[in-house]
Amino acid sequence: MAMSFEWPWQYRFPPFFTLQPNVDTRQKQLAAWCSLVLSFCRLHKQSSMTVMEAQESPLFNNVKLQRKLPVESIQIVLEELRKKGNLEWLDKNKSSFLIMWRRPEEWGKLIYQWVSRSGQNNSVFTLYELTSGEDTEGEEGSRFVGVS
Amino acid sequence: TRKKIWTTGSDNIKFDAGTLLLSTHRLIWRDQKNHECCMAIPLAQIVFIEEQAAGIGKSAKIVVHLHPAPPNKEPGPFQNSKNSYIKLSFKEHGQIEFYRRLSEEMTQRRWENIPVSQSLQTNRGSQPGRVRAVGIVGIERKLEEKRKETDKNISEAKEMVELSKSIANKIKEKQGDITEDETIRFKSYLLSMGIANPVTRETYGSGTQYHMQLAKQLAGILQAPLEERGGIMSLTEVYCLVNRARGMELLSPEDLVNACKMLRVFDSGVMVIELQSHKEEEMVASALETVSEKGSLTSEEFAKLVGMSVLLAKERLLLAEKMGHLCRDDSVEGLRFYPNLFMTQS
Repeated sequence: MAMSFEWPWQYRFPPFFTLQPNVDTRQKQLAAWCSLVLSFCRLHKQSSMTVMEAQESPLFNNVKLQRKLPVESIQIVLEELRKKGNLEWLDKNKSSFLIMWRRPEEWGKLIYQWVSRSGQNNSVFTLYELTSGEDTEGEEGSRFVGVS
Repeated sequence: TRKKIWTTGSDNIKFDAGTLLLSTHRLIWRDQKNHECCMAIPLAQIVFIEEQAAGIGKSAKIVVHLHPAPPNKEPGPFQNSKNSYIKLSFKEHGQIEFYRRLSEEMTQRRWENIPVSQSLQTNRGSQPGRVRAVGIVGIERKLEEKRKETDKNISEAKEMVELSKSIANKIKEKQGDITEDETIRFKSYLLSMGIANPVTRETYGSGTQYHMQLAKQLAGILQAPLEERGGIMSLTEVYCLVNRARGMELLSPEDLVNACKMLRVFDSGVMVIELQSHKEEEMVASALETVSEKGSLTSEEFAKLVGMSVLLAKERLLLAEKMGHLCRDDSVEGLRFYPNLFMTQS
């Protein structure tokens, strides 16, 4: 059950699709792109993509506005994500990538917290138990549901 | 290197299956089988070159037209020929590239700058050691020539300055031998060289006073044009306008700048020739207001709205962008400026 995706206001702002020359403005712009990519991928349950797909995806291509982010700028956005730890390249040519809308260490932290709270330290869990167990419902553990 | 035939005109005296080499100084042909057989033509001998396209049964050719042979020419394959050109035939390929490179060498004429050993060696390769030494000596020789030339120019310039000074003095002392027309012409000539007009300067005493007077004059001349242009003009626009208005005693760029610095003393509040940047913030803020009202604007739209030249309009918008008040949308539709919502909106 995917909610209809709500685009952020930037998505309807034409300058969003032009890499800004002013450094401070660019910083804000890139931050907005990064969070858009992550929430888009999270909602569409997309964990990996190729750059070609990305170019044509509604994510970077707003057909209604008639604006698309040029591929060089897409590369810059992806590089930002990689630096933040949310992206990993799957090949040397940087043609496809893995998107981690929650970074591995964030997951680790969450899991540890949940395990501590439910007093189940030092026992072994399967991924199945973690993602679908009754224990996990209704708690922060429900965040684990839907994780691939 | 390419495979060619070297022929001389319709005598059809051919040299087959060779390799053509191009250096900065010569065109060299060498027999593929017998490397000892080798001939060369100095590029300086070439008048011009033309291409002959390939046809059915005919290969592409370059025709090289030559100057008549100099008397001290080294012996070559023939004593003489009735033709003044040679044809290079490219049986396999390479004509286009070779033509291009040969044309380049003909244009650059590098053989004129870099002397090499004089003899055209037909059968032996050049001795590398000797050529190198000649090369360096040649370069040194060239440097020495250039130095002499510069010295000559400097001494000539000194002469000219002396001459101008003496004529300027004559004008000042109103010695009868110079006509009015010549005077005017000469004064503008001096100004164009950047030598200050001695007459006007002295009439008004010290330099500063002169500039003050000038500033007053400018204020008068520029009032109307400024209003037409939305209150701002670039200094070059002012320079052109003012000199056109003055007609005769033209202003040097230097004088204009100095006069403008004086202008704030006479600032009537209506006229603004801005050289300082303290009014920049104001202009940028007003630009932002205008853009916000309209949602977004291109340089042309902004220029039209405010009544400014497109060049200045663009400068102002770019300044606003630099200061973070505007951002840009660059697409096939053109370059538009928007209020910088990235900063103002959460």
